[in-house]
Parts: sequence; C-alpha cells; structure tokens
Amino acid sequence: MDKKELNQTNPFLPEPGRIVRLYPLTDDVRFFQVRIADMDKALSFRYRAGQFAMVSILGAGEAPFSISSTPSRPGLLEFCIRHVGTVTNALFRLKENDLVGLRGPYGNGFPVEKMKGKDILIVMGGLGAAPLRSVLLYCLDNRDQFGRVILLHGAKRPAEMIFREEFFDLKKRDDLECYLAVDEDDTGKWNDNVGVVTTLFPMIKGIDPKNTYSMVCGPPIMYKFVLKELVKLDIPKDQILMTLERRMKCGVGKCGHCAIDYIYTCLDGPVFTYWDVIHMRELI
Amino acid sequence: MRIVKLQKEKLFPFLDAISENTDLWAPVKKNGDKHIFEEVEDFSQIDLNYTRTILPPRKILLPPSINIFKAKKEGYEEDFSHVSKKILFGVHTCDIHGLLIMDRFYSYVYDDPYYSKARENVLILGHSCWPDENCLCMSTNTHVVEEGYDLFFTALEDFYIVWIGSSRGDDLIRLRSQLFDETITPKDIQSFIQWREERDQAFQTKIDFSAMPDLMELKYNDSLWEKLGNACLACGSCSNVCPTCNCYNVLDKPALGEDFSEIRRCWDACTLENYSEVAGGENFRENRANRLKLWYTHKLQAFISKYGKPACVGCGRCIVTCPVDINVKTVAKALDGEKVDSFWNRFYQEVRK
Repeated sequence: MDKKELNQTNPFLPEPGRIVRLYPLTDDVRFFQVRIADMDKALSFRYRAGQFAMVSILGAGEAPFSISSTPSRPGLLEFCIRHVGTVTNALFRLKENDLVGLRGPYGNGFPVEKMKGKDILIVMGGLGAAPLRSVLLYCLDNRDQFGRVILLHGAKRPAEMIFREEFFDLKKRDDLECYLAVDEDDTGKWNDNVGVVTTLFPMIKGIDPKNTYSMVCGPPIMYKFVLKELVKLDIPKDQILMTLERRMKCGVGKCGHCAIDYIYTCLDGPVFTYWDVIHMRELI
Repeated sequence: MRIVKLQKEKLFPFLDAISENTDLWAPVKKNGDKHIFEEVEDFSQIDLNYTRTILPPRKILLPPSINIFKAKKEGYEEDFSHVSKKILFGVHTCDIHGLLIMDRFYSYVYDDPYYSKARENVLILGHSCWPDENCLCMSTNTHVVEEGYDLFFTALEDFYIVWIGSSRGDDLIRLRSQLFDETITPKDIQSFIQWREERDQAFQTKIDFSAMPDLMELKYNDSLWEKLGNACLACGSCSNVCPTCNCYNVLDKPALGEDFSEIRRCWDACTLENYSEVAGGENFRENRANRLKLWYTHKLQAFISKYGKPACVGCGRCIVTCPVDINVKTVAKALDGEKVDSFWNRFYQEVRK
C-alpha cells in the first residue's frame, strides 16, 4: 500500500487543519473547505479520489468523512458534512478560520489507473454525491484520459440536492452527459426530471458495457435498484464500484468496527466492486 | 536453540535477580479457584499450577482503558503512560500464540505505537501446563510454541528445561548463569518425551478447525445462528476474555475543570448492540445473531483463510466465561452437525433447577 499519510510515527495523531471556507449546501449539509495548517504539509498532501479522512474536534471526538475534493486540485481538502451525530454537531458550531484535526488519507480509493480510456458512469443519490464528486472532478480535470463521462444524480427534493449550482453548470458542458432528478418537486420551479434516480437510466443511450466503469453511492435503499439497472446494462460486476459507509474509530485497521467478513472497510475499502458485495454478503 | 536446565528450588533466586529493576507479573490465585496475572513482590503468591487466568495477558500490554493523548487547544501530547518495563512470567503456550496474533495484527499495514511500545518493554517467560476438559490448544495447534517468548520453562519432576527464545532471554540467564545447568542429559530428554506424551493424551476435546471456514460459508443462513442469537446476552464477556480480540472504542473525555481533553481508548466488543451503528442511527448489525456471526467469522473463518490457522488459540476462556454456553466449542460442534438445541435446552434446565 502506498503510504503517504500525515504523522507516520503515530497514525492516531491528528494534524491541525484550518477551515478556510464554509457554507451550507442544504438545510442540514455544509460544505467545509480545509487547509492543513502547516503549509509544507498542505502542499505535499496527496490522496486518491474515493479516499477518506478522519476529522476530529477537541472535546467531541472523531469520525470518518469522504474527501469531496479532487486530488487534481491539491492544497485544499473539501468535505460535505450532514448534521447527524455528536461530531457533526460540534462541526456545525465551527466558523471559518477555526481549527479541526485531520488524519489520513485512508482507504483504497477508486482505481483511476484501471479506468483510463474507459467510459465512466457515475450514479449518485443524496449525500452519495460527497465521495463521488471527487472522482467526477478528477475525470473532468483529466478529461482526455477517459471516454464518455455520464453523471446521474438524484435527490429527494430540489432543496436537498447538494452541489445543485455546480451540477447545473456541468449540464452546459458538451463533454459530459449530466442528468439530474428529484423524487418530488415541492417548489413548482424544477424544470428537470422528476422521479427516482433509476428513471434516468433510459436517457443514457448506447452504453458500451465492457468498456464502462460505473461508480455508485447513495442511501442503502438505492443500491438494490441501481445495481439491477447496471446489471441490466451488462456492465461487468467487477467494473461496478461503490463506496460504503461503516462505523470507524481508527481508519487504520485496528479498532475493528468496520470489519466485514475478513476485510476491514478502512483498509480494503471503502471502494468495493459489485462482485465483492455478492461474495461477502454483509457489505450492503 | 540454546537450552538450559534449572532446578526448581533455584527458581525464586532467579526471579529475585531478574525482578530487581523490573516489575514481575505472574499468575496469582483469586476468589478461590480463579487466577489472574498480577504484579507480584512475594513470589510465594505465584501459582504456576493454574489452567487459565480470567483475562489474557494482552490486558497487561493494552489495559481495558488507556489514555492515548492529552489534547489541548495548542496541540496533542502523546500519552504512553501505560508503557513500562515488565516481565511476564508463567505464560502458557496458548497465550503466547495469542500475543503472536496481536503482534501481527497491530503491525499490519500501520504500526500501532500504543501496542508496539508496550510490547517492546515486556519480556515473556512461558511456562508449561496441563490441559483441563476445556483446553482446545491441541486442536488449534497452539499447545507448542517455537517463537514469541524470551524464555520458556517446561516443568518436569524437580527441574525445568529452559528454552531460550531471544537474545534478551539469554541476557536474563546470564544475570545468574551459576543457577543454571548447561547440560541436558539423555535422562532429562527421556522425561521430557514422557511428559509430552502424557500431556498430549490428557486432552479431552478434539475439534477439526480446518473444516470451519467451509462450514461457516455453508451454514451462513442456517437457523442455528438465530438460536444462538436468541440465547446470547450480548454482554461482550467472550471478547473481554479472548486473547485474540482487539476491538476498541475511542472516547474524547474533557477533563473536568481543566483545559484539556483525554483521548481514551477502551476495549470494545463486536457483540455489543451499538458496535456497528453509524451516526444517524443506521445499525449494520442490529440483531444479535449477525453480531455473533461476525465474532465467529473472525475466529473460525477469516483468519484461517488469511493465515492458515484459526484466530482461536484454544485457551478455553470463552467456554468457562459465557453465561449461556455460547463458545468456540459449542459453536464449532453446532457447525459440525451436533444439534444446537442440546446445549440450549441444557441451559434452560440449569436455570429451572
């Protein structure tokens, strides 16, 4: 494993990071842009799309978060964080210029080397956009290295779609096929698709399945239906990738909480293939 | 390997010499028939005639709760106060294997300094033992050790054969080399062979662990897990006493009236209800059967697939500890086809008495 983590002598020691930008994405999701306080470390920090970091707040604790920024734009780390528990509760009390603790990057990340030259189909639901935005931006920043790039994104309601403006901007690009949907439109102003994310599948035409890598992330209920569609498209099971959530207390394969079968989500994941899911049963 | 001989009456003078500057931990009798590893100053308290201690020796390396950082606004201070020089005397082969598994685990991909620093500071002095009806180490092939100790004492009639397993172990011997006999006679070897044969025959339980990975797969959806899950109290005792359980939780405890927080690492157990619960309330293993399945997948399947041997060292602690008789022995037997109902019913009969 390629080890380039912060604090190599003690993997549990957090590195101070400064919040440089902070704004709401929805009512309960906030965007955090963080720079490692030590400038040298900030500039030399490397990670892979799909990896995660442990973020801590003194007095509240530590939790794993997907990195939403792309490694192709180094220097800053971005997270989209939903207000759900003790740690996120404390994170929501922070302001720009406040400090957090950072450890990482951890996990395998997406196999972007293997994906080179292939078509990319990204399916995200709700907060599933957080980890997938990293790989999406990575593909767009290295656009010449990939074939078609297709994005399907579903949210419950327009107000709950994170990165709305960013994705609407992407729709204007002609080198990306971007389809957005909401389960229900409670605003009357939504001019795009209405329906669950799977209703977007008929809009993508002419998929070359053997040449396609698909990446999925969303709420647990979404996987069942999306995976069915991807299998229908004939995409090989080991080219369907998903990034999973588990409880983690360490990120480095020691605390045991993310164990599934004989693997640890933090070391062997969080990115798994559909075949892994069938093989290991407990994954989703 | 360097092997020497020590007359039994010379053991205390030897312990006296080696514990001059280092804490000596050894098995001591507690609550009648129980034993624990404890720091000893009076050697007469040491009871080498023990079968198993309540907690495995990993508790000495990583105690149930340790502080790993003193965290202040200005920065984190590492806290290694659980690390000190210790000699651990009287460790059985199963527990040495348990520590070997811990060594491998805590250095896998990332080195855990809280374990490795503690481990570097502990010398392991093993001691031979005699199995009771719950010892499974013959089945797990952990009744013998080739590594993982600094010295190993095999107790024969009136002397010990002392196996020297490390350079540091050799240093201990050299502290009082006049106590030891460098010659092992053919007669000594003969009594060792005889002891070994008799010891091997004393095992009462045999389990074929090599079959477990396949059986775990085949019986993944078997109703036996529901039955076990219904009986399990989810108390986490099996994890606390297991030499190869390593799960922990991390707590951030603000110190009252102080300007710092203690980042604390505490033992955890995968059989406890909120073990796999993430923020927002999603619990990946809400029912007890699934959590038990994880425990036994780890012990009986995962490790065998990965390292060719079970993550069970056959110490029998789960057997004597679980209040409802769910343990490596009963689960392995159930997987092997023996009716689960038998011990489940037996439990109820016991309760009704």
